[in-house]
Amino acid sequence: MTETISQPPTALAEALSLVPKAEGKQSMKDFKSDQEVRWCPGCGDYAILAAVQGFMPELGLAKENIVFVSGIGCSSRFPYYMNTYGMHSIHGRAPAIATGLAAARRDLSVWVVTGDGDALSIGGNHLIHALRRNVNLKILLFNNRIYGLTKGQYSPTSEVGKITKSTPMGSLDAPFNPISLALGAEAGFVARTVDSDRKHLTQVLREAAAHPGTALVEIYQNCNIFNDGAFDALKDKDQAEEAVIRLEHGKPIRFGADGAKGVVRNQATGDLEVVAVTAENEGSVLVHDAHAASPTTAFALSRLAHPDTLHHTPIGVLRDVQRAVYDTDMATQIDAAVESKGKGDLGALLAGNDTWTVVG
Amino acid sequence: MTSQVSPAEQAEPADQQGERGLAGERGAPDGGKEVRRLDRVIIRFAGDSGDGMQLTGDRFTSETASFGNDLSTLPNFPAEIRAPAGTLPGVSSFQLHFADHDILTPGDAPDVLVAMNPAALKANLGDVPRGAEIIVNTDEFTKRPMAKVGYERSPLEDGSLDAYQVHPVPLTTLTIEALKEFGLSRKEAERSKNMFALGLLSWMYHRPTENTETFLRQKFAKKPQIAEANVAAFRAGWNFGETTEDFAVSYEVAPAATAFPAGTYRNISGNLALSYGLIAASQQADLPLFLGSYPITPASDILHELSKHKNFGVRTFQAEDEIAGIGAALGAAFGGALAVTTTSGPGVALKSETIGLAVSLELPLLVIDIQRGGPSTGLPTKTEQADLLQAMYGRNGEAPVPIVAPRTPADCFDATLDAARIALTYRTPVFVLSDGYLANGSEPWRVPEVDGLPDLRVQFATGPNHTAEDGTEVFWPYKRDPQTLARPWAVPGTPGLEHRIGGIEKQDGSGNISYDPANHDHMVRIRQAKVDGIEVEELAVDDPTGDARTLVLGWGSTYGPITAAVRRVRRAGDRIAQAHLRHLNPFPANLGAVLARYDKVVVPEMNLGQLATLIRAKYLVDARSFTQVRGLPFKAEQLATALKEAIDD
Repeated sequence: MTETISQPPTALAEALSLVPKAEGKQSMKDFKSDQEVRWCPGCGDYAILAAVQGFMPELGLAKENIVFVSGIGCSSRFPYYMNTYGMHSIHGRAPAIATGLAAARRDLSVWVVTGDGDALSIGGNHLIHALRRNVNLKILLFNNRIYGLTKGQYSPTSEVGKITKSTPMGSLDAPFNPISLALGAEAGFVARTVDSDRKHLTQVLREAAAHPGTALVEIYQNCNIFNDGAFDALKDKDQAEEAVIRLEHGKPIRFGADGAKGVVRNQATGDLEVVAVTAENEGSVLVHDAHAASPTTAFALSRLAHPDTLHHTPIGVLRDVQRAVYDTDMATQIDAAVESKGKGDLGALLAGNDTWTVVG
Repeated sequence: MTSQVSPAEQAEPADQQGERGLAGERGAPDGGKEVRRLDRVIIRFAGDSGDGMQLTGDRFTSETASFGNDLSTLPNFPAEIRAPAGTLPGVSSFQLHFADHDILTPGDAPDVLVAMNPAALKANLGDVPRGAEIIVNTDEFTKRPMAKVGYERSPLEDGSLDAYQVHPVPLTTLTIEALKEFGLSRKEAERSKNMFALGLLSWMYHRPTENTETFLRQKFAKKPQIAEANVAAFRAGWNFGETTEDFAVSYEVAPAATAFPAGTYRNISGNLALSYGLIAASQQADLPLFLGSYPITPASDILHELSKHKNFGVRTFQAEDEIAGIGAALGAAFGGALAVTTTSGPGVALKSETIGLAVSLELPLLVIDIQRGGPSTGLPTKTEQADLLQAMYGRNGEAPVPIVAPRTPADCFDATLDAARIALTYRTPVFVLSDGYLANGSEPWRVPEVDGLPDLRVQFATGPNHTAEDGTEVFWPYKRDPQTLARPWAVPGTPGLEHRIGGIEKQDGSGNISYDPANHDHMVRIRQAKVDGIEVEELAVDDPTGDARTLVLGWGSTYGPITAAVRRVRRAGDRIAQAHLRHLNPFPANLGAVLARYDKVVVPEMNLGQLATLIRAKYLVDARSFTQVRGLPFKAEQLATALKEAIDD
């Protein structure tokens, strides 16, 4: 993928300006911990781990100022394998724990690693509130559309009718679309990528890291044990061309062989739809604007994907807009309070304004 | 009550039998009204939730505190913000006990009841002893308000109040009359009737008034007309007392000069003292304070208070739920903050899993539980001590957590500092078990000297602490201090100490994931040993004669009523020893020896015997429970009777 970086060049500096830089040059090896990686052979998590470890040196941050926080699930073992600070916490709560850490320590680069069950089921509340609050966190949501660690029950992203151990007659639950959900939760940065496309994954990580505030990156990840091939439609060379819509900021949204298909706005409904691009309609193909203030078009893009076949799945950065960052504003309020009231004086606080004296 | 004074040192005035203490009388030298001197008074303001009774009580308390009396308060209000007007469930009250000597409780029964409407009279009359004074707002004793609470005839006229000294005062009419110059609507003017009542009571008890006038002008600074109307109503109430013949006598209660050690004093509620304790702990530890919290009665005041003090570097985070509140706090603790979460019993239930994680991560974290009536939503605005076993055992696995319980409102300050000491020294979550009575009640507090506060500074890990087999220097996140068994606190940002921790069982020392059976057994035991080995002060026993055969053992907010009851029992000539636990986990090292010295051990609690269960299990003592779960503190008289029965048994 050869798109330009859609962030203004100063953004990265701004997002991580308080995080100390590494002294020497870093390599991927610096980010590998001494722990044996224990995912199932062939798991998509390996590819993501390698991509993240490979990307980290590019940020050039002091690795002691990087923290990975996770919940529970296969993906949540991730922090053990990163030679940074890390916390493997409890099911669903990583965004809450990371929020406290990031709010208390603005000199840290805090990453959350979570899965579809962890983030969208038991931890759904924390995810949506982290997104609306916009604390400086990067959330990597590994979506394999199954519960792996508990051995194969359907997840909140599993398709309706899915046969699993807990749904022998087929799942009755309508799935979440994590991108739609994040956009509805006021997320400022929302992107999707795929475990097997290292280049694309790295580019999305790059843009997420540069985003000040919460970034949500959904990573389609193959569970080769309990849901093998769930994303084959997006990976298989023959199918992918028709199935995947690669979004690039500032470029017309076209895909398929030779860009034969494009996304246009239906003038009657305002909704988006896929059309065969012709000389007549070529001018009306939507140009992707990740920085659009309104999330409406990004939401419409997120709805193009068919929940079962995954046809017309957009990948890339759907939305990247700057919003007030919670931890920055929290620090600003503290500074303002010190400015207006002076640094806290404990003796004066304890005495208050209404005292009397007892003489011994 | 003064938390600094041990029971043995306290005065034992003759008035504690329940009758009103008359200390002296002086006539009216210049034909003015008679002034009687009392040594203590209990006043209860009662009205509708919308009548401003809590504010009235707070102001009277403030006047009384600045006058120098010892005092103790009991606010009592419904959970509903505005229960249906004029109904029994909508009654809100505020009881204040003040004296010229040291006192321990808000008092069993009011000497004076101010009843703003028929519901307030009906709801409170049962607590008022015969002969007491009742000031009623006669304007509200009309057909409908009386019918709402089932009065078919007016109790002011049917003789049912003959045993009391009733002062019928048309409070509403008088207030409206006093404010007619202000051009307020009738409804607006009427709202100042609580200030009229406050003025009247302030006259009756010779309270200083300047602070209340200043307070009103500040409170209504943006509405100067309303401010002046309230001041006028307040003064009208005062003048009414002075001029009307119905109030022939006023009372003086001298400052409690001898009850207090020398020092500077202020009035303070439990939640305020606790908030200050947190800020003080942060300053003394030189660590930023981080509060993750979700609003819940009766703990929300702490969130509100800390939010005002950002200039101390305090970060307050109102989370999306109880779990996120403690989660964020734990995240901040990992980052090196003094981390706190505040809640009540239902919130503790939701936080349990994260408390377990904090036990496993061995990070400092304060969990403040302002207990209220349970189970479930229970009685949100009422007090109870029924979370002790939840704090002690309410988690999966063996997850010991130290527990500290303050005994009086002012003691919330010291108990919080002590809890912070334990959390920081031993790298563990710590419970502070306060309750609704302590949270909202208030008392005089000797303002501590900052220089005298404990030093809570900690040492973060800065470098490797272990030599690996191959001779390299490495950092082991679970290598323990041999004295405290605490693990190092290595905060992100420290180069070379990058490490991963989590809720999965860890190898002791290296901190790596371990499923080894022997290691798990070792880790479970060492976490327990760490908590068991926490240094806590010895349990002091108050036994003036030295030969008591019965011990009364309490914990938490029952300190005041138990101590008052013990005084009564001793005055009646019986011998009893008293001890009060601040540390519920671990217990003081000498607790077993103390218990063994007595033939009988009585444990009064506002639950069904949770401490009694613990000490029976641990020390094989045949402890007797005396329990009450009425959402209200014990009454001293009731406890004294129970203690007497135990002694005589």
